[in-house]
Amino acid sequence: MTGLNELYQDVILHHYKSPRNYGELPGHNRAADGHNPLCGDRIHLTARVEDGRIADLRFQGSGCAISTASASVMTEAVKGKTEDEIRALFQRFHDLVTGKPAGDGAELGKLEVFSGVSEFPVRVKCATLCWHTLQAALKNTHQTVSTE
Amino acid sequence: MKTAAAAGYDVQRVRTDFPALHQQVHGHPLVYLDNAATAQKPRAVLDAMARFYERDCANIHRGVHALSQRATESYEAARRALAALLHAADPREIVFVRGATEAVNLVAQSYARPRLRPGDEVLITWMEHHSNIVPWQMLCEQTGATLRVAPIDDAGALIVPEFQRLLSTRTRIAAFAHVSNALGTINPVRALVDQAHAAGAKVLVDGAQAAPHLRPDVAALGCDFYCVSGHKMYGPTGSGVLWARAELLEAMPPYQGGGDMIRSVRFEKTTYNDLPFKFEAGTPNIAGGIGLGAAAEYLLRLGHEAITAHEQSLLARATAALQQVPGLRLIGTAPHKAAVISFTLDGVHPHDAGTILDQEGIAVRTGHHCAQPVMERFGVPATVRASFGLYNTPEEVDALVAGLHKVLEVFA
Repeated sequence: MTGLNELYQDVILHHYKSPRNYGELPGHNRAADGHNPLCGDRIHLTARVEDGRIADLRFQGSGCAISTASASVMTEAVKGKTEDEIRALFQRFHDLVTGKPAGDGAELGKLEVFSGVSEFPVRVKCATLCWHTLQAALKNTHQTVSTE
Repeated sequence: MKTAAAAGYDVQRVRTDFPALHQQVHGHPLVYLDNAATAQKPRAVLDAMARFYERDCANIHRGVHALSQRATESYEAARRALAALLHAADPREIVFVRGATEAVNLVAQSYARPRLRPGDEVLITWMEHHSNIVPWQMLCEQTGATLRVAPIDDAGALIVPEFQRLLSTRTRIAAFAHVSNALGTINPVRALVDQAHAAGAKVLVDGAQAAPHLRPDVAALGCDFYCVSGHKMYGPTGSGVLWARAELLEAMPPYQGGGDMIRSVRFEKTTYNDLPFKFEAGTPNIAGGIGLGAAAEYLLRLGHEAITAHEQSLLARATAALQQVPGLRLIGTAPHKAAVISFTLDGVHPHDAGTILDQEGIAVRTGHHCAQPVMERFGVPATVRASFGLYNTPEEVDALVAGLHKVLEVFA
C-alpha cells in the first residue's frame, strides 16, 4: 500500500473533499473548459488577469480525487503569477508527476504532494487536466481542452 | 440458488484452462472482473491459433497445397462451430468479421443504406453501446432516415410499451442489445422481435455481451441479424461474427470489394462469390477465426446452461454483498440481468476506486463503458463495473467486497 499512500496523501484527500477556489469567478476575463474522456472528468476554469498576472481564479466541475485536488492546489499555487512563471511551474509539475528528475527552476512547494502520481502512469492525465485548461484559459481559446 | 447444472460445474477445474488467470498483480492473486471489456482465453483457443501459425500457416481457399488445404479446413470448421453455437440453419449464414462493431456497420451499410428513405425510421434503445448507436446515426445522415430511441426505466430495463409505441410502419430496422454492457440488463429479445416483425421491421440484435453468458440461439430468438464479438466470448481480439438469414444476405450487396469475395472479375462485369464469402473480402483474420471456432467449441463443451447457472449464483452473491457496502449505489437493477454489476460509491470517483482495487489485484472497469447515454440517464459521469465470467469464483466476489472496504478506508 505504500504506492497508494503516496498517491492519496492526506493533503490530496483534504483538497478533494474541500476544494479551494471552487465556483465561477465573477468578473473574470479568462475562461476555458477541460475534459478527460477516460474518466469523464470535466473542469470549468475562470480567471481574472490584471497587468499580466493572475489576480484571481476559480474552478468547478466533477472529477476524481487526483484531478479535483490538483485543480484546487493549482489555484492556490498560481495566484499572482505571470503566464511565463506558470508555464515554468507546469513544466516542473509535469516532470514531477511523470517521474522525471527535477531540474532547476520554479519551486513546487505544496505541489510536491502529487509526486506519488508518477507511480500511476494512467493517472498523469488526471493531475494535469487543470494545468492544460489553465493554459487554454490564459490564451482565451474558448475551446474545450481534451486530454485525449 | 444452486441448480443441478451449477452443482456439477467445477470452476476450479475450469480455471486451469486459462493461463492468464494464474498470476500475481501488485503482490495479490489476480481477480479478473473486467470480462465485459474482454475475456481471458482458454488454452484451447491459444493452442488452436498456435497450431495454425506453427503448422498450417497458409492462405485459405483455392490453395492446392497441403498447408492451404489444412488452413481452409480449420477455418471452415470454425465457421461450422460458430453455426452450431448460434444454432444457425446453415454455416453459410456465418460471416466472419472483425468484431460486433463491424457486424453492425456491415448491416447498416449493406442492408439498410440501399433501402432506407427519408421518413423511414431506425429504432434503438437507451441502453445501447456506442457501437449500436453511431453506425445508425451515420446511416440516418446518409439516407435522411430518423433515429428513434426507446427509453429505459430507473432499474435500467427497457420500457417495453414505449418500444412498442415507437414501432410503426416507418420503422425499417430495430436494433438493440441482447445484454446491456453497462447495466447487465437482459432484454426480452423474442418479445421485442415479434413486435418489430409485426410492424414490418427487420431486427438486429447486438449479442456482444450475451454470447459469453447466455446461449445465443438465433433460431429461438427469431431475429434477422445477430452480432457476436469474438474476444468477449473467450476468443481472440479482432474476431467476430455476423449471423443473418441466408435470404437477407443473398439480397445484400457486398460490404467491401476485393479478393475472395468474387467469382469472376472482368473490367466489364464482376460476379460476386456465394455466401458467406461475398462479405469476406481480402485475406481474413484466419488465426482469429480458427481461435474463435475453438472458443465456440469450448463454450459448447461447458454448456451455456451450466455457465449461466454458475454466473447467476455469482451475480446473486455479489449483488447481496455489494448492497451492504456503505454508500454503494447499484446502477442497473433490472429483474433479468447477466453477471455485470455497475455501481458508484458516495464520495469516491470510480477512477479512484479502480486504482485502489487494482493495487489489490482486482481488475474492474471504470468510466462510461462506451454508453454515455446510459450514464446521463442515471446522472453519473462514470461507474465502476465488475463483470463476471465463467471462471470467476465466490471467493473473488468476496475479494471485490473486501477491496471496496479498502477503498472506503482510503477515503474515510
